[in-house]
Amino acid sequence: MRIGVDVGGTNTDAALMDGRTVVDAVKSVTTEDTGLGIIEAVSKILDKTKILPNQLEAIMIGTTQFTNAFVENKRLEKVAVVRLGHPATISVPPCIDFSINLRKILGENFWILPGGYEFDGRNLGDWTEEKVKKVAHEIASEGIKYIAVSCVFSPINEKQEIKTAKIIKKIIPEAIITMSHRIGRVGFIERENATIMNSSLGYLANKVVTSFNVALNKLKIKCPFYISQNDGTLMAANLVKNYPVLTFASGPTNSMRGAAFLSGYKNAIVVDIGGTTTDFGVIKEGFPRESSLPVDIGGVRTNFRMPDLVSIGLGGGSLIQSYNNNITVGPESVGFKLTTESLIFGGKILTASDIAISHGLANFGDRNKISHLDKNTVVKAIKLIKGMIEEGIDRVKLNKDPVPVILVGGGNILVEDNLEGAQEVIVPEYSDVANAIGASLAQAGGEIDKIYSYSDIGREKSIELAKTDAIQRARQAGAKEETISIIELEEIPLTYLPSGAVRLHVKAVGDLF
Amino acid sequence: MIQLTLDNLENFTRGAAFLGTGGGGDPYIGKLMLKHQLEQGKTIKILSPSEIDDDILVCNVLSMGAPTVFVEKVPNGPATLHALRKAEEIIKKKFDAVMPIEAGGVNATIPLVVSALSGLPVIDADGMGRAFPELQMVTYNVGDCNINPIVAVNDFMETAIFNARNSSSGEWLARAVCVRMGGICQMACYPMTGKQIKETAIHNTIKLSFDIGEKIQDARKNKTDPTDAVIEFMKHSKPTRFGKVLFIGKITDLLRETVNGFTRGKLYLKRLSNEDELLVVFQNEFLYAKLNDKILAMVPDLICAMDNESGEPITTDGLRYGQRIKIVSISVPPVMRSIKALDLFGPKAFGLDFDYVPLENL
Repeated sequence: MRIGVDVGGTNTDAALMDGRTVVDAVKSVTTEDTGLGIIEAVSKILDKTKILPNQLEAIMIGTTQFTNAFVENKRLEKVAVVRLGHPATISVPPCIDFSINLRKILGENFWILPGGYEFDGRNLGDWTEEKVKKVAHEIASEGIKYIAVSCVFSPINEKQEIKTAKIIKKIIPEAIITMSHRIGRVGFIERENATIMNSSLGYLANKVVTSFNVALNKLKIKCPFYISQNDGTLMAANLVKNYPVLTFASGPTNSMRGAAFLSGYKNAIVVDIGGTTTDFGVIKEGFPRESSLPVDIGGVRTNFRMPDLVSIGLGGGSLIQSYNNNITVGPESVGFKLTTESLIFGGKILTASDIAISHGLANFGDRNKISHLDKNTVVKAIKLIKGMIEEGIDRVKLNKDPVPVILVGGGNILVEDNLEGAQEVIVPEYSDVANAIGASLAQAGGEIDKIYSYSDIGREKSIELAKTDAIQRARQAGAKEETISIIELEEIPLTYLPSGAVRLHVKAVGDLF
Repeated sequence: MIQLTLDNLENFTRGAAFLGTGGGGDPYIGKLMLKHQLEQGKTIKILSPSEIDDDILVCNVLSMGAPTVFVEKVPNGPATLHALRKAEEIIKKKFDAVMPIEAGGVNATIPLVVSALSGLPVIDADGMGRAFPELQMVTYNVGDCNINPIVAVNDFMETAIFNARNSSSGEWLARAVCVRMGGICQMACYPMTGKQIKETAIHNTIKLSFDIGEKIQDARKNKTDPTDAVIEFMKHSKPTRFGKVLFIGKITDLLRETVNGFTRGKLYLKRLSNEDELLVVFQNEFLYAKLNDKILAMVPDLICAMDNESGEPITTDGLRYGQRIKIVSISVPPVMRSIKALDLFGPKAFGLDFDYVPLENL
């Protein structure tokens, strides 16, 4: 038995799973201290199912907190950026593409030091210990604890980043240092950006993981706990303290994988309607379709692998407003205040949920509080919402053919089941907790990062070997044979080494359950 | 005259990425360099060839090297300015303006960076009308422009000066130094007069980038297909240009090597619905596209990879296994299809064993 938990902006959901069976699921409210919300949700599900903490094998938590914190520019720390690459790269200072507000928060503390590598592995600038020490003392006197170290061509050689981090750590023992080669691949600016993002989340990551630990301790849960990464695999929670950025976009990945699982469909469009936004994505052969472009998060370009999503400002809490007979839906939303501010709960604000209930699409809250609503307005708003959903579906479609549409998320009550462009509309059981279920369905991965000689065994053979090894590792990590597939394949030619040496990075993942 | 601003910057670099036909280095880096300059209050003025006098003196400035290196070792603006100043010392004359050697890729942005650093205006014309991998592949050579002096500078301001017997030899020699300079160098070459620009360069290609970028953005806003919008826009440009979507599919394999200062490679795509396979061969830029055994488009016609949904142009460095993309081709203007021009940058100039066939006839 295991529990999947989704800590969303509005709700914290928990689902108890036995293999590939959903035993039960509950919803509770997300709290300021996220640990309390987890305690609430997990104890609720344990009570409801009469399961004892010691019967649990694992807890898997999906959280959008780090993504949200970055996007909303909240709870971020000052970051010192130490870049090794001078005199190259000076025309593009760190954070140049970050918003003015973000730059202010992060503090614009940059040092571009001699160092880095050429593409052929030779040294670029002259890296020296003295210069790193000097910078470390300057960082110390600024009182900055979170430090990002980036280095030109560190994906082909990580030594300078490691040496630099060691020296800084000696001078600032409390420093939390992120090295770029641990975060991203070739593509200097995107890799440096992600490294800086990771550093800025350092304090929050520690706080969140600690609060998760405290919560599980209070519940006397001793089993291992994990946090979802953006590629659908899991990370031991304590590692997340150091790499919060790797959880980015795990939310949509979880909800789409949850939707595929609950519906049994391998190819479909997933519409996840939350409290504030609706995400549209595509599952192809059971996997989320990925974006082929560099992904912007909070306006910052990164090279993470992410599901290809369209997001619109429509959710259960969306404000319904009318000006001279014109009705608008969203993008503003009452968010987690739905249960106090919407009409059905005695509030004063007309929301999409009020409209859905008035139209008979769902039944919660107090219907009497919306009896005064103008029928015409309700019908118009329902039509408008339906149109927004249909348009979103059309935007993620590859061609005009109708496809199955799976509705998940708490806001799925907003739509009727006759959507244009949909072959059929599926609202599976437990669809409102698809995220938590997706988290519990985590995958196991196997990675290979190794140098092969193309002139000895050829490219085809090398890639085949690397793939076989990665698949083997995924299998050893518990992935089921028939579900394993290769999700990453990167070749980095190392021209400085003889005999056609190429570094191959291959990642295979497969289902654990 | 066009003035570059923080508002139109993105459209410009998006259009330059399109004209980069997969190569030319990702202009995203150029965008960041320009953003840094504009934020410091620098102004960048772009003049059409119709606005300049015949006797002004203009220099081509660029970065030479492998795109796979650009994405890691970000080019250095002051080094490009240094190359320009060295060229002035050699010819003992001051330049009145700078211009791009190619309209596509990061090199569309480099002269604008030099403009910000020096205060010189940029002339809206180039020698390629797109991006090409080698220095001699310019329409300047259809006329009789001299490539010399060629000045190459690295990040350490180490400088190499070439006086080559012709532009192909200049390319050959400079490329070797470029490799030793770490895979990229900053360069000044082809000093030209206003008259030579009017007679041999391809005009208003910077404006074209602004327009293409804007069409893609507008299409997204209006929820129409960005690829169709670009093809339609090119049809109505003067001279009219033919365009079509060659293939929509998923990347199934990607071979990429950094050899002799170039990024060479092959891209394989499979359609989502059947077993058709498209091969696109590149040397920095896309050279030709072949469906099963039939060639669909070839140099110098433009071959571009665009994101299937957003229409964002993707450079060969941005390509990844599993991506879903569109391959689009656009014809080049007639001046780039003359016999002399095809000798410079037709299929044979890339060592390919077939003759040029215009996109419209394939």
